[in-house]
Amino acid sequence: MRVTTTVNGTEQHVDDVWPGESLLYMLRERMGLPGSKNACEQGECGSCTVYLDGEPVCACLVAAGQAIGREVTTVEGLAAGGALHPVQEAFVECGAVQCGFCTPGLVVAAHDLLERVPRPSDLEIREALAGNLCRCTGYEKILDAVRLAADRQVRA
Amino acid sequence: MSAEAGTRTTRITATPGGVGDTPLRPDGTLKVTGEFAYASDLWHDEMVWGATLRSPHPHARIAGIDITEALTLPGVFAVLTAADVPGENAFGLEHADQPVLASEFVRYEGEPVAIVAADHPETARRAAQRIRVDYEVLPAVTDPRRAMDADAPAVHRPGNLVRHLTLRRGNPDPKAPVVVSLDFEVGMQDQAFLGPESGLAVPGDDGGVDLYVATQWLHVDQRQICLALGLPPEKVRLTLAGVGGAFGGREDLSVHVHACLLALRTGKPVKMSYGREESFFGHVHRHPATMTYEFGAERDGTLVYAKANLLFDGGAYASSTAAVVGNGGTLGLGPYRFPSVAVDAYGVFTNNPPCGAMRGFGCVQAAFAHEALMDELADAVGVDRVEIRQRNGMREGDVNITGQVIDSAAPVAELLQIVRDLPMPPPLDPSDIRALPGAVGNTTHGEGVVRGVGYAIAYKNVGFSEGFDDYSTARVRLELTGGEPVATVHTAAAEVGQGLITVEQQICRTELGVERVVVHPKTTGVGSGGSTSASRQTYVTGGAVKAACESVRAVVLERAAALLGRSAGELRLDGEKLLGASGEVLLGLGDVLGTEAVEETVEWRHRPTHAIDPETGQGNAHVQFAFSAHRAVVDVDVELGLVKVVALDSAQDVGKAINPDAVVGQIHGGSAQGMGLALMEEMVVTDGHVRNPSFTDYLIPTILDMPPMQVQVLEYADPHAPYGVRGVGEPPTISSGPAVAAAVRAATGKALHRVPIRPEHITGT
Repeated sequence: MRVTTTVNGTEQHVDDVWPGESLLYMLRERMGLPGSKNACEQGECGSCTVYLDGEPVCACLVAAGQAIGREVTTVEGLAAGGALHPVQEAFVECGAVQCGFCTPGLVVAAHDLLERVPRPSDLEIREALAGNLCRCTGYEKILDAVRLAADRQVRA
Repeated sequence: MSAEAGTRTTRITATPGGVGDTPLRPDGTLKVTGEFAYASDLWHDEMVWGATLRSPHPHARIAGIDITEALTLPGVFAVLTAADVPGENAFGLEHADQPVLASEFVRYEGEPVAIVAADHPETARRAAQRIRVDYEVLPAVTDPRRAMDADAPAVHRPGNLVRHLTLRRGNPDPKAPVVVSLDFEVGMQDQAFLGPESGLAVPGDDGGVDLYVATQWLHVDQRQICLALGLPPEKVRLTLAGVGGAFGGREDLSVHVHACLLALRTGKPVKMSYGREESFFGHVHRHPATMTYEFGAERDGTLVYAKANLLFDGGAYASSTAAVVGNGGTLGLGPYRFPSVAVDAYGVFTNNPPCGAMRGFGCVQAAFAHEALMDELADAVGVDRVEIRQRNGMREGDVNITGQVIDSAAPVAELLQIVRDLPMPPPLDPSDIRALPGAVGNTTHGEGVVRGVGYAIAYKNVGFSEGFDDYSTARVRLELTGGEPVATVHTAAAEVGQGLITVEQQICRTELGVERVVVHPKTTGVGSGGSTSASRQTYVTGGAVKAACESVRAVVLERAAALLGRSAGELRLDGEKLLGASGEVLLGLGDVLGTEAVEETVEWRHRPTHAIDPETGQGNAHVQFAFSAHRAVVDVDVELGLVKVVALDSAQDVGKAINPDAVVGQIHGGSAQGMGLALMEEMVVTDGHVRNPSFTDYLIPTILDMPPMQVQVLEYADPHAPYGVRGVGEPPTISSGPAVAAAVRAATGKALHRVPIRPEHITGT
């Protein structure tokens, strides 16, 4: 089937999509956007988190066809004009990235949190990121990164 | 963190971005923007997909395989079985005992039987399901104790024993006024790295193959792939693809040979990438262990003897079981002084999933037992639990249970004191249920919640042991690029997320005084970097990079000396300049390099280790020991058995923190994995079948499960190691879990001699 969808602000047509494919597969394998990650493909790890019409979703749980006529924003679309988004910048600076496989999903989830809650408490950060598994960091530096990004965004 | 706490810190000249500084990871920006190419992200023109058919049985004889139906599915390019393996149908880290594709027998559930290449991953999977395998199911041995019986079904000929390590020291018949003992059991843990096993094999014009793969040791993979393909090393070229975590689970082969076989057969690039369920079957796990320990002590708590029996379930193939037994046997009594010791450690074959390397490697299982028993000894003699460890703890100069002198820092007492003195978390606050056990499950508002505190100390060998030739190779090139000096460092040592590439850059900056350091992609185009395991890369590959830089520097100084008509001994290289004896600038580095690069390749080894005596277990088995301590604070809802870890604080001696931020990151992550094993992580295997191969049912700690962690780092330089470094990655995984388990025991008053501790163990229901 043909899927017409807007990804990172650009309308795109994707042909020959098998109806059983997920949005994640279509992004990664048909659209050259492998930033969203395939860690579990069962909605448990959050590594494939993208925005669908402004709502964060696990792209592995969305059928490719469900994206028809809708707007998708992936981790590749967060950095505007080559500059890192403050959340991305903070993840790098705070050492919140080790292997980095969870990072794209966490960056999108943290981005969403700070859009909704500019000054989250630690408990709010933990609740918001509870659907994103990380195996390397023990999450301490991820908390640091979200706090730092929040500080900078509130000041800016 | 405190770098001041250690008084014997090696002082390194401060170079911006050099050793001891905290430069950012060179791959950080790519990783936060989604541009970093992990193995599962790879793509190639004309690429097709591979899939694997696996055994549904823990033990069966293959009577026949019919691939006809699979081949007729449109889009399928190849279906291969054992008969299509051109070389030896065998691989293995230490012993080549595992078939690339099962031929006569399958020995565990999930063993690869056939592989398929097709134009879409779903087509490949459906084709695999159409392969008809005629199995004759055989009796499976799934209890490791039963596997040791003479009449047990043999998983391999001649029998099920992989290794029996005996260690005897001191009085063979020791007596003590106080004796404590326990049985302890540790479940099977999974590495649960997030990046699934993946690789892309591209057939070459020369009949060879280029493999881009996520792994921990390119050269040991290459050796095994060559054997199976029947090709020489120059025709099997490996490049490290982006690795999404490893933790031991990528030491053994997964997609490697399969992807190469399919690529060579189809003449097309082949990508293989496991889903999460397949990943649980696609790599080895941490050995489950059953252990019996007995400690004898004086009435004041001074240890007199230890007796221990450790049994590791190796599953269906050898993998690294023998080395795990080696660690469990030689290090499994913890960092304590025992005058008399009798240890027997066993590894056995069963028809359970194969077990091998995971962070902590044989020491993790043992630490749960020795730390639980130290608490029981403390209680039996009426001595404080921290104090009894401090009194019996190893010190520099002590002799360990294999007769090896601990010839660098062993700050057991100090590490314990640090974690004891760290600030305690605030008391239980029932006003916000999100901070309580059960959290928004609204299971308690504080009633039935009891706080407990637990301590643990552990130690681990760094690097490969028992006489293994454990070396690393580094190539460093210094040249002018765009008029500026640039160093390029090329090693085959795998970056798996831990930050080795940052460390390689830092060492080059410190040794060569240049700012710009390029890390060459990791390939088999340079000599082996050894395994990214055993907490060894900063030590061994770091040592190789340092040595290669020193060789490059020597050539630069010789060249400068010739240009200046002076002797090289009068010159030094600093800040991209050549300086004379009194620091005067004589030449720019660019003037010396000109158009001719300096390139040196060095193979570097740490001090040799030695095999242990087969009867007594005595010998200098290990090159270095690393120590860490944890204090855990937990709140337990004793009525429901729910545990909330409130604090998990640690102290560790790292010798020298090459990158202090990265060191703390390793300790955080290692602590989380230990905590996971204590409370939630277990692959449930019944009758040889894995019951929970998903992240729905195999739970790893989330950000809600992890508490804040205070980390204190000591830097007592090891005089035998480059810059004084001591391996960092594994020790926190060893001491954190036992501290959590001890805290739960303290809160509940229950013995809890099995991990992970489940709610029903606490409630007794």
